[in-house]
Amino acid sequence: MTRFFAHANYDFIGVRKYAYAVTAAVILPGLLFLAARGLNYSIEFTGGTLLQIEAKQPVNVGRVRAALDAQGIHGAEIQQFGTQNDYVIRARVAKAGTDANDTQATATEVGKALDSVLGAGNYVVQRTEAVGPKVGGELRQKAFLAIFLSFFAVLAYLAYRFEWRFGLAAVVATAHDIIATIAFIGVMRLEVSLVVVGAVLSMVGYSLNDTIIIFDRVRENLRKYKKDTFEQTLNRSINETLPRSVLTHGTTLASLTALTIFGGEVIRPFALVMFFGVFTGTFSSIYIASPVLMAIEKRWPGPHARGATPGKTPAPAPAAGRKVPVG
Amino acid sequence: MLASIRNRLILIALLVAGSIFTLIPRTVTVRVKGDDGIMHDKAEKRVPLKYGLDLQGGMHLALELDQSKQVSADPKRDLDLALTVLRKRIDEFGVTEPLIQKVGDSRIVVELAGVTEPGRAKAIVQRSAFLEFKITDKSGALEKALPGMDRVLRGLGVSGVDTGTAKRPSAVQQLLGNDSAKKGADTANAAVPGGVLESLIQPAGAVAAGQPGEYLVPETAFPRVDSLLNLPEVQRLLPRGITLRWSAAPTSVGVQSYRYLYALEEKSIVTGSSLVDARAQLDPLTNGPIVTFELDRAGGRKFRDETAKHVGDYMAIILDDRVQGRPPVIQSAIGRNGQITLGGKGLQEAQDLALTLKAGALPIPLKIVEERQVGASLGADSIREGLTAGVVGTVLVILIMVGYYRLSGVLAVLALALYILFTIGGLSALDATLTLPGLAGLVLSIGIAVDANVLIFERIREELLLGKTVRLSIDEGFRHAMNAIVDSNVSTVLTALFLFQFGTGPVKGFAVTLIMGIIASMITAVFVTKTFFLIWLDRRPAMSTLSI
Repeated sequence: MTRFFAHANYDFIGVRKYAYAVTAAVILPGLLFLAARGLNYSIEFTGGTLLQIEAKQPVNVGRVRAALDAQGIHGAEIQQFGTQNDYVIRARVAKAGTDANDTQATATEVGKALDSVLGAGNYVVQRTEAVGPKVGGELRQKAFLAIFLSFFAVLAYLAYRFEWRFGLAAVVATAHDIIATIAFIGVMRLEVSLVVVGAVLSMVGYSLNDTIIIFDRVRENLRKYKKDTFEQTLNRSINETLPRSVLTHGTTLASLTALTIFGGEVIRPFALVMFFGVFTGTFSSIYIASPVLMAIEKRWPGPHARGATPGKTPAPAPAAGRKVPVG
Repeated sequence: MLASIRNRLILIALLVAGSIFTLIPRTVTVRVKGDDGIMHDKAEKRVPLKYGLDLQGGMHLALELDQSKQVSADPKRDLDLALTVLRKRIDEFGVTEPLIQKVGDSRIVVELAGVTEPGRAKAIVQRSAFLEFKITDKSGALEKALPGMDRVLRGLGVSGVDTGTAKRPSAVQQLLGNDSAKKGADTANAAVPGGVLESLIQPAGAVAAGQPGEYLVPETAFPRVDSLLNLPEVQRLLPRGITLRWSAAPTSVGVQSYRYLYALEEKSIVTGSSLVDARAQLDPLTNGPIVTFELDRAGGRKFRDETAKHVGDYMAIILDDRVQGRPPVIQSAIGRNGQITLGGKGLQEAQDLALTLKAGALPIPLKIVEERQVGASLGADSIREGLTAGVVGTVLVILIMVGYYRLSGVLAVLALALYILFTIGGLSALDATLTLPGLAGLVLSIGIAVDANVLIFERIREELLLGKTVRLSIDEGFRHAMNAIVDSNVSTVLTALFLFQFGTGPVKGFAVTLIMGIIASMITAVFVTKTFFLIWLDRRPAMSTLSI
C-alpha cells in the first residue's frame, strides 16, 4: 500500500519556536495592514446599493463614474465581475442617519446614470441589492455574536468530552485561525459578505475538526505510553495522525480547487477563505493547539502528567476534584 | 454474521428508497383554511429541493413600518394588519408560492420567486392605497395666503430673486427632506421677482381652463415648491380646514409641463375603508382605463348625503395623497358605486390599482429596508457553475481515494455516492431550500465527507502494521476511529447551529446543508462502509491482505 508519512517521526513540538516566528511573521503584518486599511465590508453589512449588470458591449468605466457623479452618487465602486461585459456597481450609504429609502432611491439613480451612458436596453440588470444601514448594522452584530457564542459552545463540549485543558487549547488555536483569516481577508481585499462570514465559520469548524483529531490521539496515547513525557506524546500523536491529515486536506483542497475555478464569481471569495483556512487550520492544530496544551499542562498539571492512571486510581491530591479524561 | 449483514443491507436499502422517494416530484393534498374560514383540500405540487431566490431568480424584500410621516399608535397591530393586506395583494398579483412572513417584532419579509417585473411588484407591496374623496376649495384660500407665505419665506432667507448660481438640489438632498431641501432652495433661482411661491403657483384658470381650487406649477419647480410648502412656517399660514394635494402625474399645457396643485377641504367625505369591491375596466366612452368601485352600505349612505350637499362642486379622488386625474364635477348625488378615471395610463395600472384598493389600505406606509433581487439567467448560471464545480470536485476526490486506498477506496467512493444521495434526500425531506452558498457548501462537503473514511482507513492500516489479522484490524479500526469522528463532527454541528441562528436566507441554507451533510457522512462512513467491509470479509473469509 502507498502510505504517505507512514513512519513519520518529526519533532514538531521541538521546533515550535520557529513556528511562532512564522505565525508572527504572517499575522503581525496582516494586522498592521488591517489597522491601516480596515476591512472591506459588503453592502450587506454597511448598507448601500449594489447593481450587477450585463452590458451588450464593454463599458467605459470612467464614463459610468462621471454619469454617477452627475447624479449625485459619489465614490461608487465600479468593478468588472467575471466576464468582460459584467459589472458590479456599489454605492455605499455614506452618512449615518440616512434612511432606508435612500438606498432605494440610489438604485433608481444608478439606473438613470446607466441609461444615459449605455442607453436603455443595452444592458440587463442581473442583480440588485439595497440594504438599509440599520439592517446592515444588525447583521454585523449578529455575525460577531455567532462567532463568539460558538466559541463557548465548543469550549463547553470539549470540556465535557475531554477536559477543560483541551477545550481551552482548541479555542486558543481557533482564535488564532480567525485572526489569521481576518488578516488574510484584509490583505487580499476580499469583500466581507455574509458568504465570507459563512466561510470563516466553516473554517472554524474545519480547524476544530483537525485539532480534535490530534487531541483524540493525545488522549489515547496518554493512556498507552505512560512513560513518555508530555512533549513526546504530543509529537507521537501528531506524527500518527499525519497520514490522515494529508489525505483529508488533499480531498478538501480538491473540492475547493474545483469551487475556485468553476464555482463562479459569487462563490470565489468563499472558496479562497476556506482554502486559506485549510492551511491555517492544519498549522494551528499542530503548532498552536498542541504547544498551548503543553503550556497549560505545565502551569496546571493534570492527573496524567503525573503518571496516574486516569479513571482507575484517584488522582494525587493537587489534582483532586479535577475532571478525569473521559474515554 | 449473515443475518447482521442482511439487516444492515435492509436498512441501507430503506434509506436509499426513502431518499429517492423524497426526490420524486409529486402532488400532495393539503388541507388549508380558505378565506371563508372553511377547510379546503388543496392540491399542491411539491418540487424536490426548491431553489432559493439566488438560484432561480426572484425578489426578497424586508419591510418595516415607515413612521417618518405618520406615527403608529400600536406598531404591533399595524404590522399584523399590514401583513394581512400584503398577503391579499400578493395573492392577487399571481406569484407562485410567495413567502410573506413576519420576522421579529418589526419586520415583514416578502419573497417572490421568478418575478419578472420587480418594479411593479415593489410598487404593489409598498403602495399604501389610501383612498379619499375631498371637495375642492371654492374660496380661493390659497391665493389669499400666498403673499403672507412669501413674506415668511423672505424672512427665512428664501428669495425669489435670481441669484445667478443656479444649483438644483440634488436628488439626495431632496430625499433628505425639509432641512436640506431648504438649503437647496436657498441657492436656487427663480426667474420672476417678487414672492417665490406667488411666481411659481398660478391659478389654473390663468393658463388653461381651470377649476376652483386648482393651481398650476411648472413641473421643474415641483419638488422645490413641494418642499417649501411643507415648511412648518408656511404650513401655519394655510387657512384652517384647507389642505394641499398634488396631482399624481404632470400635465402638458402647450409645450410646458405642469403639475396641478389642489386646495381641498381637509375633511374627507368618504375614505377607502368603506370600499368593498374594485374592478378595472375600459371606459366604453373614452376607451381609457377606469376603476369602478363599490362602497359598503354605511359608506354609500354617507357618500350619497355628502355629494347631495355638494352638487355642482368638484370632488378630488385622492390615492396615497396624490389626486387622481382632474376632479370631476358632482352632477347629482352618488350612491354606493363610483369610478376613478386614470388619465393616460394603461390597463395594467388600472388593474394594479383595483387590486390594491380591494386588498385594503396599509395602516401605515411600509419602507423597504432590504432588497435583493436576482435575475433568472444569473441564477441559472450559478446552478450551472455550482454543478460543474461539484462534478469536477467529485471526480478529483474519487481519483485521490481510489488511487490511494485502492479497493477500499472504491468502497469509500460508493459510500460517497450514497452520501450525496442521502444529503440531497434529507434536505428535500426537510423541505429545505437550496441556495448558492448551500450549493457551495455541498461541493465543499464532498471533500470533507471522506474524512471519516480516511480516519477509519488509516486506523485499519495502523492495526494491520501492528500485525493484526485483516478481520481484527477492520474491527479495531472502526472502533478506535469512532471517538475522533463523533467529537469532531459534533463540534462542527455546533458551529453550524450558530451559523443557522444568525444567518439570513442564503446563509441559513448553507448551515442546513452543512448539518445535513455531517449527519449523512456519519451514516455512510461508519455504517455503510462497515457493511461493505463485512460483505467483503464474508465473501473472502480467508483474506490475508487487504487492498487498502
